[in-house]
Amino acid sequence: MLTTGTISSLESSSRSLSGQYSTFDVAGFYFGIDVLQVQEVLRYQRMTPVPLAPAVIEGLINLRGQIVTAMDMRQRLGLPPRADGETAMNVVVRTEEGVVSLLVDEIGDVVEAESSSFERPPENLDPAIRNLVRGIHKLKDRLLLVLDTDQTLKLDTGNGQSLN
Amino acid sequence: MARRARRMEDQEIVKEFLIESNDNLSRLEQEMVELERRPRDTELLASVFRTFHTIKGTCGFLGYGKLERVAHQAENVLSQLRSGSQTFTSGLASLVLEAVDVLRRHLRAIEAGGQEAAEDSADLCRRLEEASRGSACTLSEAASPAEVEAAAQKVSGGVADSAIRVDVHLLDKLMNLVGELVLTRNQILQFSAQQEGAALSATSQRLNLITSELQEGVMKTRMQPIGVVWNKLPRLVRDVATACGKQIALELEGADTEMDKTIIEAIKDPLTHIVRNCGDHGIERTEVRLGRGKPAQGRISLRAFHEGGQVIIEIGDDGGGVDTEKVKAKAVLNGLIRPDQAERLGEREALNLLFLPGFSTAEKVTNVSGRGVGMDVVRTNIEKIGGTVDLSSRFGEGTTVKLKIPLTLAIIPGLVVTLGDCRGEAPNGKKGKGGQHFVIPQVSLVELVRLEGEAALRSIERIRNTAVYRLRGNLLPVVYLREVLGLEGLAVDSDTINIAVLQAEDRQFGLVVEGVKDTQEIVVKPLGKHLKGLNCYAGATIMGDGRVALILDVMGIAQKCGEVAGGHERTRVESDMRLENVADTKQTYLLFRAGPFERLAVPLSLVARLEEFPLSHVERAANHLVVQYRGQILPLVPLAQILEPGSADTAGSQDPVQAIVFSDGDRRIGLLVDQLLDIVDDAVSVRQVSGRKGLLGSAVIGKLVTDMLDLDAVICSASGVWNQEEAEVPEGATVMLAEGSTFSRGILRASLEMAGYRVVEASTAAEALTQLARVKVNVVVTALDLPGGGGYEFLEKMRKDPSLAGVPVLALAASAGDTSQRAAQPGAFQDYLIRGDRDAMLRSIHRLASVLNSQSAAPEPTVEKG
Repeated sequence: MLTTGTISSLESSSRSLSGQYSTFDVAGFYFGIDVLQVQEVLRYQRMTPVPLAPAVIEGLINLRGQIVTAMDMRQRLGLPPRADGETAMNVVVRTEEGVVSLLVDEIGDVVEAESSSFERPPENLDPAIRNLVRGIHKLKDRLLLVLDTDQTLKLDTGNGQSLN
Repeated sequence: MARRARRMEDQEIVKEFLIESNDNLSRLEQEMVELERRPRDTELLASVFRTFHTIKGTCGFLGYGKLERVAHQAENVLSQLRSGSQTFTSGLASLVLEAVDVLRRHLRAIEAGGQEAAEDSADLCRRLEEASRGSACTLSEAASPAEVEAAAQKVSGGVADSAIRVDVHLLDKLMNLVGELVLTRNQILQFSAQQEGAALSATSQRLNLITSELQEGVMKTRMQPIGVVWNKLPRLVRDVATACGKQIALELEGADTEMDKTIIEAIKDPLTHIVRNCGDHGIERTEVRLGRGKPAQGRISLRAFHEGGQVIIEIGDDGGGVDTEKVKAKAVLNGLIRPDQAERLGEREALNLLFLPGFSTAEKVTNVSGRGVGMDVVRTNIEKIGGTVDLSSRFGEGTTVKLKIPLTLAIIPGLVVTLGDCRGEAPNGKKGKGGQHFVIPQVSLVELVRLEGEAALRSIERIRNTAVYRLRGNLLPVVYLREVLGLEGLAVDSDTINIAVLQAEDRQFGLVVEGVKDTQEIVVKPLGKHLKGLNCYAGATIMGDGRVALILDVMGIAQKCGEVAGGHERTRVESDMRLENVADTKQTYLLFRAGPFERLAVPLSLVARLEEFPLSHVERAANHLVVQYRGQILPLVPLAQILEPGSADTAGSQDPVQAIVFSDGDRRIGLLVDQLLDIVDDAVSVRQVSGRKGLLGSAVIGKLVTDMLDLDAVICSASGVWNQEEAEVPEGATVMLAEGSTFSRGILRASLEMAGYRVVEASTAAEALTQLARVKVNVVVTALDLPGGGGYEFLEKMRKDPSLAGVPVLALAASAGDTSQRAAQPGAFQDYLIRGDRDAMLRSIHRLASVLNSQSAAPEPTVEKG
């Protein structure tokens, strides 16, 4: 049953081939998430670090009264950290288990992509990244990596980073 | 034919019907059980009858044929009873209750799938029909339809019309909104405090008041009396009793004790299980009870009441209690613990074995309980809502289970504490720099201790990895929040230390934080799934300035540090056995090595201090070792030489020397040991008694065989080595107390009077001299900072008076650095001490007073620097 606002992951995987994507930049990589999974995007929010949390969890932010966990995409993808002084942007995604904010470098536009441009992720893509990518869209001027949101938010199987 | 209810309104009607019928059936069950005690109670009979009648009617209307049939038959039986044509028997009661069960099953099926259950209960209906025909003859008394109608109609007036049904989800929503409102109010209060403006101030005050009341009101809507859960218990107990062939009475006390609805939901199952256990395992069979001289009927009692912000529920039975030997044996059999561990278990810990998963001592697993999945689930469920479960038992007499549950979860008062520098903004995006706020739930906070300056440096003692602080005589284990959270940064020794004394279950420990702010009402928000596993946090909240702050989980921190003095040993022992409760029989022991004795132990509670002295400070006086310590002379005795005379003095020759200082009233003695090993929490019973003087015997502490010190014997022996004078206050001895501060004077006076001295007070030098002219005193105690010239001037003035020549004077200084040079001058004080050490002061006065008595000449000035 499709209701506005939330899509089960099964639905979204069959829809990932064409549709609208919310895009963002992380260390030069251009990612996209199905627009229906993205609640909102915002600029840097003051963060409260959580000591002892897994390294990918940058901290907690106050989103209009709701406390949201913020996950740093650079760390999640095994990429080098942001330079000193550079701040991250928030891409707030909605999942069945709640709301999580992904910290990214830059927010991009919403783009349309067709199923014709969809391909499996290239072999030469870093495995740490390839694990979290469902496929790519070959756009006019660049490659759009379609992020597997569920996998990204699942920490116990991530990239050698253990929860605890 | 059952009409399929598809449309929304029909669904609503069915939902109403289900809720109402379930309620009615619950009430009916209670009434049935009551009826067994009072079979002729016409009110009860009428009420039960009406219930069946109502259900029958609604079922017919909604087209639930099977329900209607069963209800109809039951109604017939009830009508017989009500009219007196039949008498109420246990058999009938069981039959009717069977019908209730069938009805419930149908209702559940309707709830799940919209249709009645598959069974058609033909047999039951037949039996009900036979029963209603029963002793047939007086059937003419059966109620005519008109009478039944009249009876049914009488009901409605009685039902509480002042109540209204509200969906729980709606209440949850309201609760959330109120939570948000509380946070927003906090923010407004913060802003209005920074702004000028009477109007803003007044309005935000009103907002504050209204929010608080609203919060209280909404929390109350969610409160339900615990009786709601209890009403199922009479039936349950009856069933258990029948199934096991026992006689059990159930007593309920405090049914109107209120709790939040979510909590009530959470304890329903645990409560049921515990009561079942009482009936099944606790209460003995009738013949056994009679054989033990107990009344034939067993008793299960439930008591609920509020205490200290929590709800306490005590479930007790007067059954056979728990046989701890059997429990231990079963645990070993099930491979839950090893035999040697089982042997070492105290009573309390043996009982805790019952909480391990996979445990059951029931000789045959009954279908009532005893499947071995019980008590551990109970404990998990209770702990999930922040409560605790405790079990105590007296073998042969009974068992009591005590549940402690917090009253409400969502909005709690908390103390805001900080780590690091919180004055500026934290730099963007970087972890670890800048300060952080945390919240400690007020309910776990016992007190706050603030140490400044010298006290901050000296008061926290360390034994290897464990820091301890002496709080009013008790050694409190202390952990540093910064260390617990693994944060780097600020050195631990700063000049102010704040210790939050926290309570985790029945243990206390101190948490060192760097800043303490205020207490606030905070809304507890759960952490997301990625952080749920971190057990040092209980959630998070939004502060007045919009920042997120983590709420500390006191129990989690306690467990994480394996606290209570050097717990690394204890957590190993505990994790082996997977036990959580601290047993009463456990004690904290100090372990050390002395001479040929590799591992000695003494209860930590007997230890006054642990000290280290450079070898150069140790002096010899009349063939004994001493050290100048806190203005006193502390005798040092190598322990090894007491235990084994003639052994080499290894302890007395190492540098620095390690001493364990014990106090015995006014006397102090330092036992020299080779090395302090550890502090361990363990339950022991002395295994082997020793013939050796100075040792009680040996026991297993922290998994290793350890010699237990007989402290009394050792001290006696050591004191024989060094003769201490009995400090007796001579009759009529008078002390002049010259001190500017009224407060300090009061304290000192009290100490002196307690010791048996007469006290003459003066607050300035002039006053003191005047008093001295009038009253004969034995000793003068003066503060160095005495108003009217200071201690030295006062002393000089005293010395000018020949009648005061022989009076010894003791000076009290504020700190060690004070004017030490002048103290070295001749004609100075007889004694010179740092304030604060009461024992040292009294000893000094005793000595000076008795010296005066025994010598007529002016005493030699001996100056001891503190």
